Amino acid sequence: MNVLSIEGLTVDFNTAEGKIRAVDDVSFVVPENRTVALVGESGSGKTVISQTIMGLLPEAASITSGKVVLADASGAEPPVDIATLSRKGATMRHLRGNRVAIIFQEPMTSLSPLHTIGDQISEAAILHRNVSRPEARELTKEMLRLVHFPDPKRALDTYPFELSGGLRQRAMIAMAMICRPSLLIADEPTTALDVTIQAEILKLIREVQGELRMSVLMITHDFGVVANMADEIAVIYHGRIMEKGTAEQLFSNPQHEYLKALLNAVPSFQMDKDERLVPIRPIVIKSGDLTKNRPHCKVEPGTPLVEMRDVTKKFTLRKGSFLGGKVKTMTALDGINLTIRRGECLGLVGESGSGKTTAAKAILRALDLQGGKVLYNRGNGLEDIASLKGADLMDYRRRVQLIFQDPFSSLNPRMTINDTLTEPLEVHGIGTSQERAERARNLMTLVGLDPRFLRRYPHSFSGGQRQRIGIARALALNPEFILCDEPTSALDVSVQAQILNLLQDLKRDLNLTYLFVSHNLAVVDYIADRIAVMCRGRLVEVGETREVVGNPLHPYTKALLSAVPEPDLSAPLDFTALDANRASEPELWPEPFRLSDGMEPSLVEMEPEHFVCAPGLKKTGALEGTAA
Amino acid sequence: MLYYIFRRILMMVPTLLVISFLTFLIVELPAGDYISNQIAALKSAGESSSVAKLEFLRHEFSLDRPFFERYLIWVGLWPGPHGLDGLIQGNWGWSFEFDKPVEEVVGPTLPLTIVLNFATILFVYVVSFPIGIFSATRQYSWGDYGFTFLGYFGLATPNFLLALILLYLFNRWFGLSVGGLMDPQYIDQPWSPEKAMSVLAHLIVPTIVIGTSGTAAMIRRLRANLLDELHKQYVTTGRAKGLKERNLLVKYPLRMAINPFIADIGNLIPSMVSGSVIVSVVMSLPTVGPVLVSALQSQDQFLSGFILLFVAILTLVGMLISDLLLAVLDPRIRLGGRAGT
Repeated sequence: MNVLSIEGLTVDFNTAEGKIRAVDDVSFVVPENRTVALVGESGSGKTVISQTIMGLLPEAASITSGKVVLADASGAEPPVDIATLSRKGATMRHLRGNRVAIIFQEPMTSLSPLHTIGDQISEAAILHRNVSRPEARELTKEMLRLVHFPDPKRALDTYPFELSGGLRQRAMIAMAMICRPSLLIADEPTTALDVTIQAEILKLIREVQGELRMSVLMITHDFGVVANMADEIAVIYHGRIMEKGTAEQLFSNPQHEYLKALLNAVPSFQMDKDERLVPIRPIVIKSGDLTKNRPHCKVEPGTPLVEMRDVTKKFTLRKGSFLGGKVKTMTALDGINLTIRRGECLGLVGESGSGKTTAAKAILRALDLQGGKVLYNRGNGLEDIASLKGADLMDYRRRVQLIFQDPFSSLNPRMTINDTLTEPLEVHGIGTSQERAERARNLMTLVGLDPRFLRRYPHSFSGGQRQRIGIARALALNPEFILCDEPTSALDVSVQAQILNLLQDLKRDLNLTYLFVSHNLAVVDYIADRIAVMCRGRLVEVGETREVVGNPLHPYTKALLSAVPEPDLSAPLDFTALDANRASEPELWPEPFRLSDGMEPSLVEMEPEHFVCAPGLKKTGALEGTAA
Repeated sequence: MLYYIFRRILMMVPTLLVISFLTFLIVELPAGDYISNQIAALKSAGESSSVAKLEFLRHEFSLDRPFFERYLIWVGLWPGPHGLDGLIQGNWGWSFEFDKPVEEVVGPTLPLTIVLNFATILFVYVVSFPIGIFSATRQYSWGDYGFTFLGYFGLATPNFLLALILLYLFNRWFGLSVGGLMDPQYIDQPWSPEKAMSVLAHLIVPTIVIGTSGTAAMIRRLRANLLDELHKQYVTTGRAKGLKERNLLVKYPLRMAINPFIADIGNLIPSMVSGSVIVSVVMSLPTVGPVLVSALQSQDQFLSGFILLFVAILTLVGMLISDLLLAVLDPRIRLGGRAGT
């Protein structure tokens, strides 16, 4: 039996420019107790479909034709066609949260910060299940237990800001589940989460689905998630279903060109070292103009360009006032020793809060360190960047540039692209205004954008195009070392492939050195020559990419790798193994990796060129203590 | 929570000290003082006989001492000619202009100032709250445009003009006497229900006049705040649960949007006092506003210093109230420390 059947659904948006068709003649079904994945890029109309089912379409949208029939698996209520219901009417309100529920992408903003978790979850029960407040509280506690909250009773009275992202998403799931809906819509439920948390949440959705015999409509752009969760798949592009079928059919034998292209754009551990991703819309770069008068970097390839020595950074969480109050500190970087060699791409991997962005900022000299130093080779040996002043510091700033994570907030919306690209040149007083304009045009060509776009403002560009503008800005000063702080995590897979290839080509043509910060191991595996893994402010493993990915030694690295969902049906996530390794707790790592507070996180070369943080080994002297 | 309140109140002490110092500094900034100006005037008029008396007064009020000493004597932390005798000891100083203790000059005006301020703030909140919500939830409707127009009109009209128009209208329609705090027959009469009613009736016009611009600003702010919140994800979450629109609005976005509303209580007070000066003059209201202006003009330093300090204290109390209310309403402030553990 089909819990949800969509037939010929067409949704139009009335905008100032006329009607825009967001969903065009879409038909698919979600069978009982099954998971259907709706896959597509941003702007493909997949969220509009979820809004239609929930009756949450914005005012400007109207359902032009088609049926959205929601049936009750238990047969207690007759099937209803949601497309015919008034969005704010009583019937729709009765369905929402009761028979169809939704979880959103952003667990940080989906919960009200002013109400307790218990209040927000029990609300749905009080609305639909005809229970008293104490009963609803009891039900909520049950639900929190079902989603594995550590202490359900206490959790009832906690506020969302007291919880981590993973726990918030669990609370969201509990809220969606409390009325035991027959259909759950999961709108990119794990995109904003770390891989290990993502694996746990996926496991949880599976468990709850089994428990409540519920159907799931999973909306995502991540083929790793699809391969691990979906029974059936529908691929959507520009509001139309391109291809649908079972997971086996689509993964083993994709028919449509679009799906084939999409699958080719996903980085995977199975790729060969020299294999390149095939973006859907590849860009050809023309670096000729820029390589001509590029200053030559005097540092020999393969020798250290940047060195971090015992770098320690502590943050004060709460300032004590002069009337007292405790000062709390958090160690964001704990004795980091890391070398970045000229011409390589070093991938820095870790979960959110592991200190990887802080490490990048330390190299930029964007923060003061509590201990240790960062050294940089400007062609005459390694210098401490903290001692740079005036012209030397400006010179350093020209050499080291940054590409930001969020292409939307990192461009000034009130500056044209031309202003954005020429600003670094003005700051450093380089060239005449004509030369700067020329340079801006070259930069645009370099990242595959039309120089005629220079007069536009950021809002007229897509996420991928903005990220290319961000890259062009980073290249404006002819730097030799670029820090990439999660440059693709806000982008679709197809655009991600495009940006990754662009970064690779630029590195080759301009002889750049990268520090590539990311939480996505598959991406780092694709682009990096060496990988450094961070956890809780400590460096836990450093080595050649193939070595670290193929033969991880540290328990944390192993856990990270095992949590990455592969876009491959033959390599499913091992959900049973997840519980065992709560691996981001240094105190719980097995010997010789165990780290307790105050211990020096020293690296040991366990295999050639493969360093692991294992204080136990260093102490016993079981291996040669040749730490980097 | 108790600890928070205690700490918050304790924090007011150094703040007050700093404010009192700045007040004194500003009041003393113009060259000379009330008495030296008098002496200069007398000397130029050729009357040197009363100079000796004024010299005595200068000494009596320690105006001949250095600046810091004068300040400390005024606050009451330094012995003056009569020992420790300053604000802390309850001596509010001497008004040269009125030749009376400051207490007697401002005493009768203080209660009315407080009552008028309180009534005005109440008016601002009672009027702007529903209108703000209406405007935000029906954005770009005729009602929204209408209130927006009225709001800008209120912001743009000079208060004293509004006061004159309203006085005329109220007099025409309701026969209220023009200006003053009460009908003339009650002045200097003992308090009676009729007198209280008369005072309340006379409060209506000044409250509306002084409150209009504040109300207009508040409506715009609440509308903007609420509009920001209405499209946040957690509102959609609430809607997805099947909540009715009205319950949804009150429980989630409105709770979030009133934070700046409450935080403004403290800020409103000084602007009301300074904004009401002309209105008070026009309507002959016995508030501290007009007294402050004349004291500043004649360099009657103890009087103006005291009034400025009084307004500062009102503001601090307003801030305290808004801080405590915020802590009650917003768990992020109340439990901010707990989140870190």
